[in-house]
Amino acid sequence: MIQKTNRNLLWILAFVLLISLIPVSTFAQGSDPTDDDVNAVAKQLYCPVCENIPLDTCGTTACEQWRGIIRDKLADGWTEDEIKTYFVNQYGDRVLAEPPPRGFNWIVYAVPVIIFIGGGYLFYRGFQQWRSPEPARNDRKKTKTTSKSVNLSEEDISRVEEELRKRSQG
Amino acid sequence: MKKILLWGGLGLLLVFLSIGLYRSQQGQVGAGEIAPDFELITFSGETHQLSDFRGSVVVVNFWASWCESCKPEAKDLEDAYQYYRARGDVIFLGVDYVDIEPEALAYLEEFGITYPNGPDLRTEISQAYRVRGVPETFIIDQNGVISHVQIGPYSSFDHIRSTIDPLLD
Repeated sequence: MIQKTNRNLLWILAFVLLISLIPVSTFAQGSDPTDDDVNAVAKQLYCPVCENIPLDTCGTTACEQWRGIIRDKLADGWTEDEIKTYFVNQYGDRVLAEPPPRGFNWIVYAVPVIIFIGGGYLFYRGFQQWRSPEPARNDRKKTKTTSKSVNLSEEDISRVEEELRKRSQG
Repeated sequence: MKKILLWGGLGLLLVFLSIGLYRSQQGQVGAGEIAPDFELITFSGETHQLSDFRGSVVVVNFWASWCESCKPEAKDLEDAYQYYRARGDVIFLGVDYVDIEPEALAYLEEFGITYPNGPDLRTEISQAYRVRGVPETFIIDQNGVISHVQIGPYSSFDHIRSTIDPLLD
């Protein structure tokens, strides 16, 4: 008997819990997005008609209208990505704060990497020269001299010695 | 090998920068140039291809509902459309530049515009014409060549006629 009462109590509790969740989810679905919610999306987009002004700080009528669209879409339950895709389809890639990596947009991503690698290489070379500038030069000179002497064959050396001997006698 | 890579990379970078600069420095598509072809899907869902209108004079007007200087010419453009409508050889197309559809439709209704109008999706049409602002109007002759570019609004109905009539028999 007691077990049955407990089971009923559990069912009632579960039902109450379920009912209590319904208004919460309805409220979330129907609630108006705050300005912060709108600006969180808007700052990832740029005004399509003004130069280099993010949508969250742009004060033109057009920007106000676009922020209104973001608000409406958020209220309809759209995700950030869906809203960004909508804006790209309407106004092109240039509305994105971070352009998608395709076509000419690749340059935006490639240039910093190229500069970083190139700069790193130059720094490394500079650092190496700074650590041992003179020995490196001397080594180069020595190498040049040595390479010249190495090119002389035994026969050449004996000819040079013969020539020098003749000159000293003459 | 390293030097080749370094110079090659620098050269490539310069090429990209040069192309970017060249593009940004290019002026508008002007009179005497072939009008870039485009497809316009109107707000009511009809599809219009510019090249289908060869043999007719085409008036392509770029506008936006948020554009205050577009408003003075809106009614004059509709009047001009009605004026040439019976002839059948003058086509009017409105290209709505970076706009919101409900606002655009309200604008069309406010000024009683009935000629085909549609959004410039992904701003492809305005980029092809290198439009710098709105309103801008391109008058295209029967051979698909731009005969006149109107930067800013037309001042009157007669002003519109003065750019179309010379092209008609």
